[in-house]
Amino acid sequence: MLYRRGFAALTLVLGLLGGLSPASAEDASREWKPVLDAARGQTVYWNAWGGDSRINAYIDWAGEQVEERFGISLVHVKLTDTAEAVARVLAEKSAGRTEGGAIDLIWINGENFAAMKRNGLLFGPWLERLPNNALTDPANNPDLGLDFGVPVEGLEMPWARARLVFYRDTAVLPEPPATSDALLAWAQENRGRFTYPLPPSFLGTTFLKQILIERAADKSAFYKPVSEGDFAAVSQPLWDYLDQLHPALWRQARSFPKNAGGMRRLMSDGEIDIAFAFSQSEASAGIDSGELPGTVRNYVFDGGTIGNVSFVAIPFNAAHSDAAMVLANFLLSPEAQMRKQDPAHWGSATVLSLGQLKKEEADAFRGLDLGPAALPADKLGAMLAEPHPSWTEALEAEWVRRYGVR
Amino acid sequence: MLRVAPYLVAAILTGPVLAGSLGALIPSFGFLPVLGQDEFGLDAWRALLDWPGIGSSVLLSFVSGIVTAGISLLLALLFLAVFFETQAFIWLRQAIAPMLAVPHAAAAFALAFLIAPSGFLARLLSPWATGWQRPPDLLIVQDELGLSLMAGLVMKEVPFLLLMALAPLAQIHAGDRMRLARSFGYGRVSAWFKTIVPALYPLLRLPVYAVIAYSSANIDVALILGPVSPPPLAVQILRWSNDPDLDFRMIASAGAILQFAVTAGAIALWILAERCIGWLARGWLVSGKRRTGDAGLATLGRGLFPALILASVLGIAALALNAFARVWRFPDALPGRWTLGHWQSVAETAGGPVVATLWIALLTTLLSLVLVVCVLENERQRDARSGRVLEFLIYVPLLVPQIGFIFGLVLLAELAGAPPGGGLVAAGHVIFVLPYVYLSLSEAYRRQDPAWMKIARTLGQSAAGAFWRVRLPMLLTPLLTAFAVGAAISIGQYLVTRLLGAGRVETVTTEAIALAAGGDRRLIGAWALTQAILPVAGFALALAAPRLIWRNRRGMLGGTR
Repeated sequence: MLYRRGFAALTLVLGLLGGLSPASAEDASREWKPVLDAARGQTVYWNAWGGDSRINAYIDWAGEQVEERFGISLVHVKLTDTAEAVARVLAEKSAGRTEGGAIDLIWINGENFAAMKRNGLLFGPWLERLPNNALTDPANNPDLGLDFGVPVEGLEMPWARARLVFYRDTAVLPEPPATSDALLAWAQENRGRFTYPLPPSFLGTTFLKQILIERAADKSAFYKPVSEGDFAAVSQPLWDYLDQLHPALWRQARSFPKNAGGMRRLMSDGEIDIAFAFSQSEASAGIDSGELPGTVRNYVFDGGTIGNVSFVAIPFNAAHSDAAMVLANFLLSPEAQMRKQDPAHWGSATVLSLGQLKKEEADAFRGLDLGPAALPADKLGAMLAEPHPSWTEALEAEWVRRYGVR
Repeated sequence: MLRVAPYLVAAILTGPVLAGSLGALIPSFGFLPVLGQDEFGLDAWRALLDWPGIGSSVLLSFVSGIVTAGISLLLALLFLAVFFETQAFIWLRQAIAPMLAVPHAAAAFALAFLIAPSGFLARLLSPWATGWQRPPDLLIVQDELGLSLMAGLVMKEVPFLLLMALAPLAQIHAGDRMRLARSFGYGRVSAWFKTIVPALYPLLRLPVYAVIAYSSANIDVALILGPVSPPPLAVQILRWSNDPDLDFRMIASAGAILQFAVTAGAIALWILAERCIGWLARGWLVSGKRRTGDAGLATLGRGLFPALILASVLGIAALALNAFARVWRFPDALPGRWTLGHWQSVAETAGGPVVATLWIALLTTLLSLVLVVCVLENERQRDARSGRVLEFLIYVPLLVPQIGFIFGLVLLAELAGAPPGGGLVAAGHVIFVLPYVYLSLSEAYRRQDPAWMKIARTLGQSAAGAFWRVRLPMLLTPLLTAFAVGAAISIGQYLVTRLLGAGRVETVTTEAIALAAGGDRRLIGAWALTQAILPVAGFALALAAPRLIWRNRRGMLGGTR
């Protein structure tokens, strides 16, 4: 029900494409060939967060592959925040640069996508033109058609699935608190040993949403624009909770880590006992690199945790949209997705539907060792969908109003 | 060429800043057609003034500007008073360069790790002295009052002011003044503050304003050491301009204008204080008291200076240890396991960024130096301080918060059809490098005794010959110092590199800051050291070169040693 709109749009598009009939498969490849030809010799400027050397190495690898196979050079523009790319496109639009823009591809999340879509800053629709799009089995994966509840409508390509997971050192904390109530009780007994990243950082806001969704009586409000409901009443359980939690937090909530990396560092320094991330691989990678003790393990809340999909999008004025599409299509290939899911390289979950893959490819995915800290897929629990992006803004504004002032 | 130089410099300094500021001012009144906003109004300003905690943010920026400048200036003057013409003074001159060359972000990381409850000092002392098995829950870094922020800024600004003070000391004949005052029985510190500071301070005024401006509007240090909620104003502006909701751009624009007012206000208050202190001190200067508090102040200076050096050295050492650490758990004093992996990862990716950093720094600094020398020589030849206006214009890029006008600058470059890339980045760096080169060089240049040129002319040199063969060689040390300062400024630039280069131009600073977002302190350590090595090397060269070049002409090394 939550996904009705996006789902309908997708079925419609798929119906039009008729992705499974042989005739239209030929059509697709006939359409794809000119894209490949046009892309040869182009340089893709891919704006993507550059804060993790493993992710940067993965992007380098993708660059080598598309260079070799399609004659495309890839330049990774390393962002500290995706909004930098949005600002760039905006400046270009202000200056009347409607073509030949500096950015060809952006690794994007729901908020930035919604903002760009609303302001007409996106190229497309182009998703359905990608041959590998069929491998995600969009008809049966409605979550890929929505980005934070906003219909994708072919304007961006799903790239990875993410799940909120908590982690702790089992040597210190064998039985972690796995509900928001238990977390509060534990924090009050162990003062100063838990914190969350400062909103509006992505992960900090996610924590607010996680608590809110868990504690709200009626969850349907979250999947509509916030203006359509009674924000004050619906969000009250969250503020009641935080009012109790904050005095027990690290530094009595007078300071917060900036993001997931900052929180991992506090864990590494022994300043806190429980941390969380938007990826199963965060803890495993930390163990591998020596940053976290080998006894760190992931866990999830009993009621489930928030999950989402991250995407790549092409700005409306991209100079090399053909090459950007070829690169995107490569990123969606089983080979690229396999390497991405492998914790040795990155460890982020695939968006491919294993049923659409060849048997040996699907087996390879199933056989991957997800790293020492990871939970097996069947222990990840229920996935809670991201609220509509308007909630992000409302929650952040209210958080600042309540806790941003002293 | 000489005649147009001042106008050229004025245009370089004000054009982009003015255009960029308009790019902030106009949206702050609600006009940003691309977002469908084309009616002027005060909504953004209302939203700005209603923003929770905006008062604290403004106060924090204002206070850190004034306090940092005040403490830095007092410390710099005190250190000079205590060590002037002692053996330690020579050593101090050499210690300044590396302290100054460490980029702000790297220094802030170093300090943060040094003083945090789980930091290097706590690890050295735990558990044997403190009993801590786990780090205590103390808010030291990012405290609400901004104390750690101001400490970090002071650590960087004291060396800057010391360096700025060294050059004019010779011109005001500091040695003679001291000897005269001492011969009348004045104590060392009293003699310094009564006979040298009144002559020295006017020459230090501009650098002090630059310190105020930087401390009240900086982002690098504030992000690492400043309180997080509410943060200093500049950080809050950065958050607004990074908000995915594009409507926040207009609040950010209004914030940028507010930041300008805060910085200008801090400087105005300082100028007021200057007048008051000058007036109040008049009586004290001629009171004839020869050793008021002399012994105490001397001890303070002798104690604080090593403390400052020690903190810097320990901080950098801690960063270096991190860069080689594989496992380093609290409360171990040293890493439990070591690795070269972080350096390997730096080595794999640093090549391109190092080359880009170097060519941009060398090109922009050289260009700036030539322009500044032209301006100063023009001023000298016309014997007028066309200076007055220019003097203010020099400060424009240092006073207007970067965060405010760079967005407008990107817009301007787009309108001019200039493709983002190295050239544009270098052009952007000139805006920030030029003022510092001017600040470093101008006083030394002006104070050079005109008699030297006259003597050269009477010995048969042409005007040009006297300029190339007498004036510039005699100014070699200040010229090289200015070059090293300029290069260090260029190397440290982040926002302008990032935005004008559309992220395509990777320098060691953009790499270091991109990775800092990931939070792995060991990798940050390796990159911060890489980022620091280049400017440190520049200063080492600037210090060593005159000694090599003038090894047969001792008199050319200046009279301050």
